[in-house]
Amino acid sequence: MGSPKESPNPDTKRVSRRRLLAGGALAGVSLPILHELVPHGGIHEAISGSGHDAAAATTGAAADPGHGETGALLHATFAAGTEVDHKANGFNPTEMLRDFDYGQTRRLPGGRTLREYTIVARDKEIEVAPGVFYPAWTYNGRVPGPTLRCTEGDRVRIRFGNASQHPHTMHFHGIHSAFMDGMPGIGEERGGGLIGPGESFDYEFDAEPFGTHLYHCHVTPLAAHIAKGLYGAFIIDPKQARPEADELVMVMNAFDTNFDGANEVYAVNTVGFHFQHNPIEVARDELIRVHLVNVLEYDLLNSFHLHANFFDYYPTGTSLEPNELTDTVILGQGQRGILEMRFPKPGRYMFHAHVTEFAELGWTGFFEVS
Amino acid sequence: MEAANPASTRGRLPAWVLGLVPLALLALAVAALALLDGPGLGDRKGVPVEEIAIERTELHPGRIELTIRNDGPDPVTISQISVADAFVPFSGAGEIGRLGSRTLTIDYPWIEGESYGIFLLTSTGGTIETAIDAAAESPDLDLGFFGLMALLGIYVGVIPVSIGMVWLPFIRRVGPAALRFLMAFTIGLLGFLGLEAILEGIDIAGGGPQVFGGSALVFIGAAVAYLALAAIDSHMRARRQAARDAGARGGYIALLIAIGIGLHNLGEGLAIGSAYAAGALALGAFLVVGFAIHNTTEGLAIVAPLADERPALRRLLLLGLVAGTPAVLGAWIGAAAFNTSVVALLLGAGAGAIIQVIVQLAPTIRDRAGRSLTPQTVAGIFSGVALLYVTGLLISV
Repeated sequence: MGSPKESPNPDTKRVSRRRLLAGGALAGVSLPILHELVPHGGIHEAISGSGHDAAAATTGAAADPGHGETGALLHATFAAGTEVDHKANGFNPTEMLRDFDYGQTRRLPGGRTLREYTIVARDKEIEVAPGVFYPAWTYNGRVPGPTLRCTEGDRVRIRFGNASQHPHTMHFHGIHSAFMDGMPGIGEERGGGLIGPGESFDYEFDAEPFGTHLYHCHVTPLAAHIAKGLYGAFIIDPKQARPEADELVMVMNAFDTNFDGANEVYAVNTVGFHFQHNPIEVARDELIRVHLVNVLEYDLLNSFHLHANFFDYYPTGTSLEPNELTDTVILGQGQRGILEMRFPKPGRYMFHAHVTEFAELGWTGFFEVS
Repeated sequence: MEAANPASTRGRLPAWVLGLVPLALLALAVAALALLDGPGLGDRKGVPVEEIAIERTELHPGRIELTIRNDGPDPVTISQISVADAFVPFSGAGEIGRLGSRTLTIDYPWIEGESYGIFLLTSTGGTIETAIDAAAESPDLDLGFFGLMALLGIYVGVIPVSIGMVWLPFIRRVGPAALRFLMAFTIGLLGFLGLEAILEGIDIAGGGPQVFGGSALVFIGAAVAYLALAAIDSHMRARRQAARDAGARGGYIALLIAIGIGLHNLGEGLAIGSAYAAGALALGAFLVVGFAIHNTTEGLAIVAPLADERPALRRLLLLGLVAGTPAVLGAWIGAAAFNTSVVALLLGAGAGAIIQVIVQLAPTIRDRAGRSLTPQTVAGIFSGVALLYVTGLLISV
């Protein structure tokens, strides 16, 4: 084919012209297809060039995951030099990892603990990828909402106020009465059910069973009310405390920024690629406990895959014994569990959705072990 | 204002000043509205409209370049880009004002022959989609490339048209009935080419920014060309009558045909050039042979009005170049600087020129009884259409 691009030498060019001319004879005997693609001469430079990029990769990765020093593409990432303004968002995915709300505690007659939490639903625009703004609905101005944490058997009271323009509820995964289920149409006569704008309601129940759970809004259209940001982790610790660990909350979420029923940006704790650019710092040999919650809407499954290591998996966190040693778990909507691991060697270890499409649309991060 | 006393105003001010008064008032009104921010109108209702047209896609090793234009009423900010469902680093992020254009350079290890869906994610979370059907490296715009495109243009434009013009001696020998048939045949050819130019123009315009008029540009181009040629024709007729130079008539029509066909061939060149740039063109003999057969008939159309004349060889060559070389130009533009709006306008102009030519040719198929659409001439028109239709099947790029 006569592409001048591949023929720096004029002789080659002449050959291709001759081919063009000589072809007249061929056309008489054969009828080739016109739309046929003509290969541009074998393997593309982009592929053959990956060898020397790999050298840059090792040095570049340490500085900025995503870009090598030569600018070569090491991982899917956002436009160079763009960053989310966490201050304007009012929350930081890294800080949310270890941010637990134990509520205001009070001892009840009989020795039980009452924990009171205050949650306010607000409409708020948040930045989910650098320069990409999403009109979210939030619990306490953050997505995901606060991680509410208590101990099995505690009395839990959540003072919920709705400062949003839309009706909302708080539906907790757990064992409680129907009136406290955050379900429109149930318990309206007691002030519950659908909580309209400006209204408030106290959800109150005993914390059971222990495990890693979640809460979310349950107003129709349900997928939209959840996907807009009204969800959070709800952790009930067992009475017999788990071993001391560096505990992290990871809420796997995504945003349908153009409202076409499919997500554009995937993440853990809202901001795409946040932990790729800001690796989670953990200590070597220390027990790490990840409370993993999947609230992904519009996609059936999500997953978590850890590199260069394995973890004990406790589905729903409802047992003190792990049921699997693995490096990958798959979670459907609303599924969650506890992952426990130790890193014996320092270094940077990736974790991401092994639904790799999500991984390259934001759901990728690193642990930095030191 | 002086308007209170129209009689005296008319007396004192020249007419052109009066003509400027509404313009001055308009300027004042515009300035006042702009300064006061459209009093009483308030803010816009609803969310900003984000319309982006992808004007050009170029692929280089490890890199995709998109030239985009803001086609809508509001500024648009491109924040992120995903290629094949993966976010990618790129340069060129930021706000693009109304009618503004920008080139986004994406780092991406694309693979030859594969197709890619590309999403531009705006600041509001909106997406603009585009696709690369089959990735192929864009040609470097060096001398060799322009040479190759020129060669292609000569193969499909200049050579076939010139060959077709060699029918001239034959045309001189045939009788008036056969000549009428040939003229009708030419009208059929031209009608087909004109329709093709309009359809292609609409198709191309539909793929580009609509803000400059979109497919309306095709009709604007056609109307402008038709009316301009009609005006030129009426001017020249007046001069010819004064000079009693009836002989120049056929030469003029031949030139018009050459121009119309030239603009049509520009379209063919564009198709070849842009297909080549996109890597979707099977270069080679079949393509060239197809175009040659198709375009040889165009040469016949140019010389048909010259049956009664003895034009110099130089003049014939010139006509061939007028009709053929735009294919070269088209191939260059198509591969290097494709602008859908300009192309739509040019194709429309080609169609307008062709329609004007058909109007000019119409009297030549009239027989002595004054009838135009006789069975013979209708058969001629059909033959022209059919020939181009059939040979057109050979050259779909």
